Amino acid sequence: MTASLPVLVRGSDSDVSNKMAAPIALHLEFGGGAELLFDGVKEHHVILPDQSEPWDMKQLLVWIRANLLKERPELFVQGDTVRPGILVLINDADWELMGELRYELQDQDNVVFISTLHGG
Amino acid sequence: MVGWQAGKDSFYVDEEYNGQLEHVATPSVSKKCVKCKESTAVLIIRAVDAFCRCCFKEYFIHKFRAMLGKNRIIFPGEKVLLAVSGGPASSSMLSQVKEGLSRDAPKKLRFVPGIIHIDEGGASGQSMEDRRRAVAQVESVLRSSNYPYHIVYLEQALNLPSSVLEVGSSATEKLQTGPSYKAAVDQFIQTNQNLHPDLFLENAWSHLSSLSMQEVQNGLSNPITPENTQALQRLFASVRTLTAKEDLLQTLRQHLILHTARTEGYTKVMMGDSCSRLAIKLLSNISLGRGASLAMDTGFSDSRYGDVVIVRPMRDYSSKEIAYYNRMFDVPSVFIPGLDTKAQDKASIQRLTESFVNKLQTDFPATVSTIYRTSEKLHTACPPQNTNSPTFDKCLMCACSLDTNAEEFSAFKATLISEQLSQRRGPGPGLSLGTAGAPGPPPASFTGQGQCRSSDEGQRQGCGSREPGCCLSAEMPATLDLKSLLCYSCRLTIKDMTAVDILPQYILAEAERKKRRSHMRKEISEFLLEEEDEAKTS
Repeated sequence: MTASLPVLVRGSDSDVSNKMAAPIALHLEFGGGAELLFDGVKEHHVILPDQSEPWDMKQLLVWIRANLLKERPELFVQGDTVRPGILVLINDADWELMGELRYELQDQDNVVFISTLHGG
Repeated sequence: MVGWQAGKDSFYVDEEYNGQLEHVATPSVSKKCVKCKESTAVLIIRAVDAFCRCCFKEYFIHKFRAMLGKNRIIFPGEKVLLAVSGGPASSSMLSQVKEGLSRDAPKKLRFVPGIIHIDEGGASGQSMEDRRRAVAQVESVLRSSNYPYHIVYLEQALNLPSSVLEVGSSATEKLQTGPSYKAAVDQFIQTNQNLHPDLFLENAWSHLSSLSMQEVQNGLSNPITPENTQALQRLFASVRTLTAKEDLLQTLRQHLILHTARTEGYTKVMMGDSCSRLAIKLLSNISLGRGASLAMDTGFSDSRYGDVVIVRPMRDYSSKEIAYYNRMFDVPSVFIPGLDTKAQDKASIQRLTESFVNKLQTDFPATVSTIYRTSEKLHTACPPQNTNSPTFDKCLMCACSLDTNAEEFSAFKATLISEQLSQRRGPGPGLSLGTAGAPGPPPASFTGQGQCRSSDEGQRQGCGSREPGCCLSAEMPATLDLKSLLCYSCRLTIKDMTAVDILPQYILAEAERKKRRSHMRKEISEFLLEEEDEAKTS
């Protein structure tokens, strides 16, 4: 929703727009108990604001931590990656096949986090 | 989102965006399935093997049948109770059983399944409303399987009969099942051959489901009382550490499953432990002092209860495989918060081990399988006791062989001695069992225990440290008695409880009975000719 302003900037300055990534809409899903850290909400439709570099998974995690996580961030993110035991699927495929943290997110991507930990 | 939809800009942006897509998509497309080498892989298992969707499904289904086929432990027509918690692994197990029993399956499984779900919300202090909602969700999953199911509440553990603690191969089983188990199976197979097998199973199923529906309705007509829930919560509140709470919960759960299996005539129980879970269990059980029963606790089959055998058909699957399978093929599972939900890494030994294994696994993907392969190689040093052996040798709570008859110069005895010494020095609050906050009055049947039980806390503490003059009877204080009937690990669990008399009645009553028996045995020992004679007469 915050996306409208920066786009105007892009329009006025085409040099910058080469480097800038568009705001992208993502479908995030949390399961296996991970949803408890997000007020029990499993599905989130989010829009990442545009920024100078393209969005990758590493930045998404930072963004989730700052914007979506409701409590106990250490139970979801550890270091710059997800807590061990939480599986990540990008468009229904293993993120290990997609370059994990280096994967560059695309508009309408579907990212799923499933906790395999006991008790979520 | 709406901002860039106007005019040229959006066109421009789209172009740029497509360029990126192609650029990024290429590396992942190049990864092909290791099996068919055609389709695009969707997940990596066992460190490097990438599978596509189809091959993964085949692999997953095959593994379940191979596991059961290899072990040849479940006979055709046998009643098998599936323990379904609602979590991913047990739900996946249910779906595999369904798949295996379905008509078009090439290597059809031929046992008769039923399901048990235990609502443990009472232990973790969930509201009745949450519990009802969770049970309803699980029930809808169970109902869609069309197998008979039993929904049991953890509160019911408080009213279990003492007989649940007996090892099944003793008198009870012989009375109930008549001829030996194997003969019964042979007989079944013969009759089964005369009948059309599918028809037979179908009859059995329809019979079973009508039974189970009655049972469910009965269950609804007299649901758990608030008093029961409170008693259960008091019990868990009296346990000081999460480690011991989880251990106690595990014990109660096991007893409920065993009791249901026995009363409903199931001879096998399937548990959905995945290999990730078993690897964690293996390490945490060692830390919990349960090393002596590791082989049974983590192996494919566990025959400690004699008449009911626990099998773990999911032990070849990692939790990752299960989670992916459930997601890709829409296997429904229900998330129910438990004791350890949102707990810190260091909240309990089990939790800490889990995070340790998971962390190792991310850097060294062979971790879980290495631990798991180790568990496969484990065997109990002394084979399970034969049917005539007295039940004294089994732990009262977990039914494993007692590991506390260690020789004099063992680490175990040394621990005991140092514990006794530190207790004698003074009533140290950490060590004496009868200290502060024993909630509620002792259960009714404990009046037989004499004043020691009903006395005030100070006196009970005195009992714990064996001061003379407190216990007038020849009976020892109950805390010590209970301990002598438990394995090392269950002793540790009990030690973390503020009061032992709050344990469910069936455990205390059975402890009483065992104690009386050993007392009597001691009294008449000089008149006995041989150990075996005594076992027969009593």
